Amino acid sequence: MHDKTVTQLAAALKSGELSSRELTSHFLQRIEKADGKLNSFITVTAEQALAKAEAADKARAAGNAEPLTGIPLALKDIFCTQGVKTSCGSKMLDNFIAPYDATVVEKLSAAGTISLGKTNMDEFAMGSSNENSYYGAVKNPWDLSAVPGGSSGGSAAAVAAGLIPAAMGTDTGGSIRQPAAFCGITGLKPTYGRVSRYGIIAYASSLDQAGPMARSAEDCAHLLNVIAGHDVRDSTSMARGVPDYTETLNAPLSGLKIGLPKEYFGDGLDPEVEKAVRDAVKVYESLGATVREVSLPHTHYAIPAYYVIAPAEASSNLSRYDGVRFGHRCDDPTDLIDLYTRSRAEGFGEEVKRRILIGTHTLSEGFFDAYYTKAQKVRRLIRQDFLDAFQEVDVLMGPASPTPAFDLGAKKDPVSMYLQDIYTIAVNLAGIPGISVPAGFAGGRPIGLQILGTHFAEAQLLNVAHQFQQATDWHLKLPAFAEENA
Amino acid sequence: MQWETVIGLEVHVQLATRSKIFSGASTAFGAEPNTQACAVDLGLPGVLPVLNEQAVAMAVQFGLAVHADITEVSIFDRKNYFYPDLPKGYQTSQMYHPIVGPGDVEITLDDGTTKRIRIHHAHLEEDAGKSLHEDFQGMTGIDLNRAGTPLLEIVSEPDMRNAKEAAAYLKAIHSIVTYLGISDGNMAEGSMRCDVNVSVRPKGQEAFGTRAEVKNVNSFRFVERAIAYEVERQIELIEDGGTVVQETRLFDPDRDETRSMRTKEEANDYRYFPCPDLLPVVLDQAYLDHLRNQLPELPADKRARFESELGLSAYDASVLSASREMAEFFEEVHQVCGDAKQAANWVQGELSGALNRESLSIQNSPVSARQLGELVSRVLDDTINGKAAKQVFQALWNGQGKHADDIIEAKGLKQVTDTGAIEAMIDQVIAESPAQVAQYRDSEPEKRGKMIGYFVGQVMKASRGTANPQQVNGVLKDKLDALL
Repeated sequence: MHDKTVTQLAAALKSGELSSRELTSHFLQRIEKADGKLNSFITVTAEQALAKAEAADKARAAGNAEPLTGIPLALKDIFCTQGVKTSCGSKMLDNFIAPYDATVVEKLSAAGTISLGKTNMDEFAMGSSNENSYYGAVKNPWDLSAVPGGSSGGSAAAVAAGLIPAAMGTDTGGSIRQPAAFCGITGLKPTYGRVSRYGIIAYASSLDQAGPMARSAEDCAHLLNVIAGHDVRDSTSMARGVPDYTETLNAPLSGLKIGLPKEYFGDGLDPEVEKAVRDAVKVYESLGATVREVSLPHTHYAIPAYYVIAPAEASSNLSRYDGVRFGHRCDDPTDLIDLYTRSRAEGFGEEVKRRILIGTHTLSEGFFDAYYTKAQKVRRLIRQDFLDAFQEVDVLMGPASPTPAFDLGAKKDPVSMYLQDIYTIAVNLAGIPGISVPAGFAGGRPIGLQILGTHFAEAQLLNVAHQFQQATDWHLKLPAFAEENA
Repeated sequence: MQWETVIGLEVHVQLATRSKIFSGASTAFGAEPNTQACAVDLGLPGVLPVLNEQAVAMAVQFGLAVHADITEVSIFDRKNYFYPDLPKGYQTSQMYHPIVGPGDVEITLDDGTTKRIRIHHAHLEEDAGKSLHEDFQGMTGIDLNRAGTPLLEIVSEPDMRNAKEAAAYLKAIHSIVTYLGISDGNMAEGSMRCDVNVSVRPKGQEAFGTRAEVKNVNSFRFVERAIAYEVERQIELIEDGGTVVQETRLFDPDRDETRSMRTKEEANDYRYFPCPDLLPVVLDQAYLDHLRNQLPELPADKRARFESELGLSAYDASVLSASREMAEFFEEVHQVCGDAKQAANWVQGELSGALNRESLSIQNSPVSARQLGELVSRVLDDTINGKAAKQVFQALWNGQGKHADDIIEAKGLKQVTDTGAIEAMIDQVIAESPAQVAQYRDSEPEKRGKMIGYFVGQVMKASRGTANPQQVNGVLKDKLDALL
């Protein structure tokens, strides 16, 4: 069962071949057996899941099943889940039981899916390796000495190891696409505004977006159908109709114009990653696509611009964690300042503190114009680069990451960690959608191909990704770990 | 040394929306602590703000009422600082592109002169919660019911030069916001709060002196007192060789003084930046026109109309247009009885007197405008005389009848105007008062005027107050003179 896609499992449930209870038990057992080695889950909600599975089977028997009724999945611990611990990977929220469900959680539940638990992540979504979690690092099931990527490392590892068929992640600078690439699965970051942010613990409000992580683009399409759409509770969500993303998966690719940004194939790109990506592009050519080189001239400003804007927004978003109303509070505070400083010093990890300091600095008097205002101006140029490129081509392709997954503990210098996001980060600044699909291996560690489209082009992206997955089988590969821990 | 005072006011007006500016929680006053703060108001992880359109409409209406430019694209900015009554650790406000641009307000001073006070801008923001420092054994209680209530902050230019002007400006603002119905303007309940910026400079000097800010003054009188104290304090300080420090102060009404609020910390750097959770507020001309068409007649226009069209005195016009409720009450009385001057007299006199004695607002008047209008009509058409009218008013006030006519009927207060009846009564009184008649006949002509009063009184008594006094006077004089 654990090597099946959501699409296949849904069919099996529909045909009666499997019951939801069997399916849910199966994955819960796998989690129990294997997750000690991966550390991909923070909270497993076994009882609730089994109860929901029973209910799903009953609903199906009564003829009330939705397409995804009874499908188990997991939620990155950044989504508020009512009555269930929601830690955001941080000691600051170790004691936080969310009193409400995020919109995405509500929608997934209404569609009949069953959450098996909350997955591990870099603290407050700040990280590219899942080594910044209060709950310990997550391991990559392809190589336990490697990182799974971040910040949605837990979701990626759990799906790759076959502990769940799909999971939700969030992506602010690459946090769905890069771990998907490192773990050999498919991960989609939708257009900013496509999916509601209500109930997602905020890191950088103008960049955060939730998306599906699964074994195939087709699975991602099914999940996007559920989670996409306007939400009155999120003023930045688009009031725009949601198409059926599965309908156009099989549209033929002939005539598709692919652009390869020359800036994505320069220094620092691992030669094996480059080869895998170029081979993938050849597959597309064989399917009838044409390829040309394009330029995104402001690419090298993306990381500096991001690391001004995201920390600035984060420094403000994280001010509410003050030990007063919820979350970690220090013992015996002597006065208000002591309450604030010790609660926050104790509750936040190193990287979170680092970004709060950076963000506070870039917003402060005397520095605001030089940093924040300037970064926003650069952001507009970066966005324009993409819009200009999409005048010439339909989609852009390139590596999701400059290297495959690196070793745990390999990147001690924060800046070298930041440079991991080089191909993913501009996408969030521009607000466009992006998907990462498995495209090969280097040294036993997966390589991801990133495909980018213009705003609200998810249907096209999923179609382009799906066609690749019809012509190749990278996405079907499972790590040995998945079989060893059956 | 001659000194000049310079005053600017920042008025925070709580807008009378039913729910908060960024959430659906109630804004009703007086609830148990922390029962009107939803997840959004509490700043829980993951929540997002959604703008209340009514707050925007109210801000725009204020802008239109003060002849201000309405900003086509206004932005919400985050003002970042830490305090327990500020759940998110930032206040959503408008720093760089406020919704209302420069405007002005005309104030009327005691001597009747007017002055134009410029408004620098007005912006929308969310209120913080309340910190309660008593009753918690040395700790502070935080009530977040107020967190998220919409505020319109109205910032004036430093155009005021004395406490009276400041009070007049504050009253004008109060009048406008209550007229528009965008706030109940209840300063005691905190619906309207004032920060007063005061500085002094030598007369003739162009540059402003250093100002002190007195925060959260919540009555007109306290504003005047705070200014008076500050001016004296600053002048004394400078004349003693010191310098005024730019600082925040609080007014203590019990001690009638201002005190420095300054702590050891440096001034806050609020690190304003546009709130990424909210969209820019874009207002088109159609929306502005729609709101403009809904504006009621404003106080200044009403006052002017009362003077020019209804012929009221400047004073009467001013009093009657002070509040929308008063003005509308008066207008209805006028509409029913048709005489502006009479209507004005009755509203300002008998009615206001009774309301004040029982501390009632005009909205809670036991006598309605229609009822009063009917009463005044009966005075105007001579059905009753002034004295009887007062009785009828009292009866209406006490709920003894729905209409003046019913009370007049029931109490037999209809004025006697029939000449024959009056003559008969007068004849009776004269016949019964031989001594006084003799006294009248024997007095000097100049002294007789005073003596008529006795006879008039007797006739009024005989008629149980219903005889028309003017007629009685006239007929009585003729009859007495005929006896000479």
